[in-house]
Amino acid sequence: MAAEAPAVKLIGGYGSPYVHRIEMALRLKGVTYELILEDLRNKSELLFKHNPVHKLVPVLLHGDRTVCESLVILEYIDEAFDGPPLLPADPYERSEARFWAQFIDQKFARPFWFSFWTGDDVDKRAFLKEAKENLTLLEAQLKGRSFFGGDTIGFLDITACALAHWLGVTEEVTGVTLVNKEELPAFCKWADGYISDETVKQCLPVRDELVAYFSARKEMYMARARATLHK
Amino acid sequence: MVETVKLISAFGSGFSHRAEAALRLKGVPYELILEDLGNKSELLLQHNPVHKLVPVLLHGDRAVCESLVILEYIDEAFDGPPLLPADPYERAMARFWAHFIDHKFSKPFWMSFFSTDGESRRGLLAEAKQNLALMEAQLEGKRFFGGDSVGFVDIAACNLAHWLGVFEEIGGVSPLLTDEEYPALCQWTKRYVADEAVKQCLPNREELVAMYSAFKEMIQAMAASHK
Repeated sequence: MAAEAPAVKLIGGYGSPYVHRIEMALRLKGVTYELILEDLRNKSELLFKHNPVHKLVPVLLHGDRTVCESLVILEYIDEAFDGPPLLPADPYERSEARFWAQFIDQKFARPFWFSFWTGDDVDKRAFLKEAKENLTLLEAQLKGRSFFGGDTIGFLDITACALAHWLGVTEEVTGVTLVNKEELPAFCKWADGYISDETVKQCLPVRDELVAYFSARKEMYMARARATLHK
Repeated sequence: MVETVKLISAFGSGFSHRAEAALRLKGVPYELILEDLGNKSELLLQHNPVHKLVPVLLHGDRAVCESLVILEYIDEAFDGPPLLPADPYERAMARFWAHFIDHKFSKPFWMSFFSTDGESRRGLLAEAKQNLALMEAQLEGKRFFGGDSVGFVDIAACNLAHWLGVFEEIGGVSPLLTDEEYPALCQWTKRYVADEAVKQCLPNREELVAMYSAFKEMIQAMAASHK
């Protein structure tokens, strides 16, 4: 008799695109998992125990193994479970996917944060310009395909999920527009395709709820942006 | 036909060393192209337009940027001893710690050498020591982070093995990595720099001291603005 597969649990938090990345990866691989929702303002012992270094979500628990850091988790899921591959097979294409994933995680945050969450007293033009340039560079990686992964959603698509869904939410909450269809047609098509995907819809936070969630935290984000900007 | 391999590099760069160490450990012949980072070449700007940084690996007509991405590419594209373990979970741990080194460990660690503000320096040192303790625990009785031989995390941690002594000297501070507090790490640094493949591509210590001394004021300014 085959041994029962070790249980898979995901420690997550509401509204986190990083958690969504992992849910997508598990669902695309066909892996059954239990979602444990943290209250991120009141983190649990479970989270501190399994991610003592960063104390952040997502954290993947697979049997007695713990994996932290969303991009590390994505690669683990791709390697530890059977199912359709998330990363391409070719080493060079894999390196490109990893490069652009790093780009999204390292280079997008700052100009986006300051474009959206600084007040009218701040000259946002430079931040907006940088944010748009970043999007333009990323758009070029689509190379005429529906998704970064080709015909289907893959590693880089799920890594970029915040741009497909959370970006529009932030635009609505702040009244700052970054993306327009004329300037970024392939990107917009990609974003629409991503959020319309059946698997994505199963684990994507509802737009109106996200808008309410971020609206309630608007003052906090703006204060944080002000403080960071003047450092 | 074997495609040519070239590495765009810069003297003294720990990130460039990572790529060289990986190529040598895999037994891949390569041509080293040294950049003057004060006057970047068309070749570099063409092949790394996004970041304009070294290292850049050129393999035939392909260009790979970002040192950790290059390490994984080298491991996957070439035959030779593996840099990452075979087991998915051990691979995840290796990637986690390499990521930790680059994103959580580095800045407070290096800034602590150059911070001139007492309170700020104490804070940075406390953070650096916490992080060092985590790295020490990861060695847990092994010769290298990778086990019996140099691997992905060892290469990622190269700054700690070789550049650390240089910065301690320039910063005029007492050594941070002491045998008493971090015995495993201290032994590891000696093993890393003595490794046959690694030592062929480690920059000369005196030359590193000379180079970084010239940058001391700039780094002190950076440390002062890092809160």
